[in-house]
Amino acid sequence: MSAHHSYEDQKKLVFYGLKLLGIITIVEVAFALFAKGHIVPSITFGKDGGFGQALYMLAMIGASAYKAYFIIFFFMHMAGEVRGLVLSVLLPTTLLIWAIIAFFHEGSRWGAAREHIKEKNEQVVQPGTSGKPTGFLLSGTMKG
Amino acid sequence: MAETSVSHANETHEHDSDDHIWDGGQPPMKVSYGKLMMWYFLVSDAFTFAGFLIAYGTIRFSMPSWPEPDFVFASFPFVQAHLPLVFVTFMTFVLIFSSVTMVRAVQEGHRENKRGVVFWMFLTVLGGATFLGCQAYEWTMLIKYENVSVTRNPFGRYVADGIMVDESGKEIMENGAPTEVKKNESYLLHGHEHNGAVELQKKYVRYSTGAYAGQTHEIGQGPKAFGALFFFITGFHGFHVLSGVIFLLLIMVNAMSGLYASRKNGYEMVEKIGLYWHFVDLVWVFVFLVFYLL
Repeated sequence: MSAHHSYEDQKKLVFYGLKLLGIITIVEVAFALFAKGHIVPSITFGKDGGFGQALYMLAMIGASAYKAYFIIFFFMHMAGEVRGLVLSVLLPTTLLIWAIIAFFHEGSRWGAAREHIKEKNEQVVQPGTSGKPTGFLLSGTMKG
Repeated sequence: MAETSVSHANETHEHDSDDHIWDGGQPPMKVSYGKLMMWYFLVSDAFTFAGFLIAYGTIRFSMPSWPEPDFVFASFPFVQAHLPLVFVTFMTFVLIFSSVTMVRAVQEGHRENKRGVVFWMFLTVLGGATFLGCQAYEWTMLIKYENVSVTRNPFGRYVADGIMVDESGKEIMENGAPTEVKKNESYLLHGHEHNGAVELQKKYVRYSTGAYAGQTHEIGQGPKAFGALFFFITGFHGFHVLSGVIFLLLIMVNAMSGLYASRKNGYEMVEKIGLYWHFVDLVWVFVFLVFYLL
């Protein structure tokens, strides 16, 4: 626990945390503005899709994950707790990894399905190309 | 037989061996009941927020396009200019500062310094209240001036290159040339009051690329779930900040009254509300990432 650090050391950790979180946040925002064309208008890899955007997103997620680690381990003193407590809090959250993969995959499927339906709805049926209509529901509506 | 088991138990107690940590007689997590339960409450709350943020990602992944955060969040008080993400960065700093003052309050609690605890907790409350004020401003801009609601989203992005036309298909000229729009460029449909309801302006584009090349389409609203997701998730976080501020105030008043000083447990109650307050900051790290950076 923090008990075996001196009071001065503890205060130093607080100001170190303030600097660290502040600098990461400023770098994140500056990089976001750069990657989305607000600093150099021709550079827009952060919103163009594809590999550039994937890399941009990974960098942002990494920086945020580091901020989260610092807050949990040093501001909330998780670093000073026994292993049983650390594991019982952190291990369950790994379930979220699969939740993210599964739900995002599901989301892309909804998108693809919607596109497919739209495409089918806009398709023009070419009458008379395959001989007689086969379904009885269609027989009244098809001409040719 | 009985003798050996007794001596064994004593040994366990003396050496505090990990093998017998769950045998009873000592707290295996080495924290008080209240702190342990606060940690587990935070785990469950983390899952709630994770569920919301994953829902946001799932719906965003299912849409062909999504409003761009640096276009949507660009208002700043007293400034007319378009300042992408600047105000929300300020909000993030307010929350970081209040987290830091909270750590200081907990440290002063360990030293049994009542004045220090109350002083730093007061600054933390101010930080939390400032954050709520900023959020109120942000919501007001979106709802009142940009007409976003839980069912309406005037922010979107063009799906292909083209030129702006009016209702009859005539090109809208700007400085003697047709107004061009580019794929992925952001737009905001301005709204006006009509018979007591908000009506969004109608915009038409004749596309020159993509599947609709040569056709004229009305530019509709962007993905409608955007507003509902934004207000619900940032609102849920704001509700956590609000309840945090209320509990911080209660505990600050208790600390002032000398209640925790008489308990002589290093102001453990301040430590517990500190855990909650840092968690609120932690959630903001991810809300900031998901809504404003990605």
